[in-house]
Amino acid sequence: MSVKTYEAGVKEYREKYWTPDYVPLDTDLLACFKVTGQPGVPREEVAAAVAAESSTGTWSTVWSELLTDLEYYKGRAYRIEDVPGDSESFYAFVAYPLDLFEEGSIVNVLTSLVGNVFGFKALKHLRLEDIRFPIAYIKTCNGPPAGIQVERDRLNKYGRPMLGATIKPKLGLSAKNYGRAVYECLRGGLDMTKDDENVNSQPFMRWQDRFEFVGEAIQKAEQETGERKGHYLNVTAPDPEQMYERAEFAKAVGCPIIMHDFLTGGFTANTGLAKWCRRNNMLLHIHRAMHAVIDRHPKHGIHFRVLAKCLRLSGGDHLHTGTVVGKLEGDRNSTLGFVDQLRESFVPEDRSRGVFFDQDWGSLPGVMAVASGGIHVWHMPALVTIFGDDSMLQFGGGTQGHPWGNAAGAAANRVALEASVKARNQGRQIEKEARDILTEAARTSPELAIAMETWKEIKFEFETVDKLDVA
Amino acid sequence: MPTTTETGNYETVQTLETFGFLPKMDQREIEEQIAYVLANGWSPSIEHEHPSRSFNHYWTMWKLPFFGERDLATVVAELEACHRAYPDHHVRLIGYDNYTQSQGASFVVYEGRA
Repeated sequence: MSVKTYEAGVKEYREKYWTPDYVPLDTDLLACFKVTGQPGVPREEVAAAVAAESSTGTWSTVWSELLTDLEYYKGRAYRIEDVPGDSESFYAFVAYPLDLFEEGSIVNVLTSLVGNVFGFKALKHLRLEDIRFPIAYIKTCNGPPAGIQVERDRLNKYGRPMLGATIKPKLGLSAKNYGRAVYECLRGGLDMTKDDENVNSQPFMRWQDRFEFVGEAIQKAEQETGERKGHYLNVTAPDPEQMYERAEFAKAVGCPIIMHDFLTGGFTANTGLAKWCRRNNMLLHIHRAMHAVIDRHPKHGIHFRVLAKCLRLSGGDHLHTGTVVGKLEGDRNSTLGFVDQLRESFVPEDRSRGVFFDQDWGSLPGVMAVASGGIHVWHMPALVTIFGDDSMLQFGGGTQGHPWGNAAGAAANRVALEASVKARNQGRQIEKEARDILTEAARTSPELAIAMETWKEIKFEFETVDKLDVA
Repeated sequence: MPTTTETGNYETVQTLETFGFLPKMDQREIEEQIAYVLANGWSPSIEHEHPSRSFNHYWTMWKLPFFGERDLATVVAELEACHRAYPDHHVRLIGYDNYTQSQGASFVVYEGRA
């Protein structure tokens, strides 16, 4: 039943897209944007413009709108809130009907929500702070290929965080020398090692060569230590065909895990690779190069919690989350907020952690949080406290920079990790008692004693650029 | 402090996963770890295996998991009984977490002779 008539021209967005009485449906996809409008434009109009431009609207009325029921399809700005401690910006909450998005397509969701609207002239800045994915949409996504529990079972790692390292120097080693560095780390007590994200298939080390030598390194380390080992072979490639070719070969050399860079590689490649991993019983480690370009500015871009949620839906078994204590940016509460999104089956709204919505993940497997970048043995008790057991702690320089080399560096980290876990289980406050716990453990481990001496002065204490919004 | 001119030689060691890099725990320390399993509400379970087969995913179970067991002394007694019955075998304690459907804890209490 249509009683409308066509009136050409430009209308104010808020007439159609500002609906403060709207009660969001359980099936709606909800988004929270931090909006900074141009001076003089009313908040409701700016919020409505965001809702319109990220859903069904365009700048001018068109006759063909009357051929459909836009009341059914349109996005709605339904709430506006002040940003604590910031008079220039505000939060706009937008509800999108489920039918606006193709099933299982993070690509489609992002194309709409962070598409043209981010270049809209009426806005000075725009930041996507959070998305509530309805459970109906989550059930259309494949998600992590294996998940935390499956990974633990395959690799026989229980009751503690896993330990890893990125192989250094990150560029320039020959494949055989690179495999040596991997073997040394693994025999010394690391569970896994990692290709640096920059390592793809350069002239100094082609991927086939690297995969074969690394395969031998893993096998030898497993035989000698009696423990299960792995190395994330980076299959990020110039095109999907080569990516799959590399993934197949990684499986053929007996490696249990591969890796992908989900932002530079893109969500289409990532989702495809995650499905390949599910079919082939391979684990998938996800790196996040380019994330800081998108997520670091407090008023513009996409918050990392959104990228983390998108990755869990697209698929990955590990995701880098920052370390809080190391060399890279990361606020503690905010980090805990998105670590929950990776691992839990339900995360309640919690503004103190930057979580704007309740999020039900249903049966989607969890993603292991990866802490990597500028961390060393002294950080271990803090890392165990912050990240808990379901995490991968990666010490690159902190393993390979050990005066005795990789194997001793690995052993130092493993002793520090196990001493921290043991003390935590005994009920000790390990972050406060860090010095005592490590000093005790070093009595029977010269490798740890030397590591503690080597890195005792190294701290990374800079103010976080992207802080949570608090008054 | 040793310098790089006094580099030590790190010899590879056979280890048995979690706590494999720490000195052997004494009885009190073992009991503290069992207490942690019980405090988490996990079900203690005991497994044993000959060292030559320790890389296998499955070790042989000692009885069934001790579902609902809250008494530390019972778990200690069962570990000892398993060790007496299989003195050559590794004996490990597992804490089954039925919420995550995983093992919240797993560590070797007695090492067998290779």
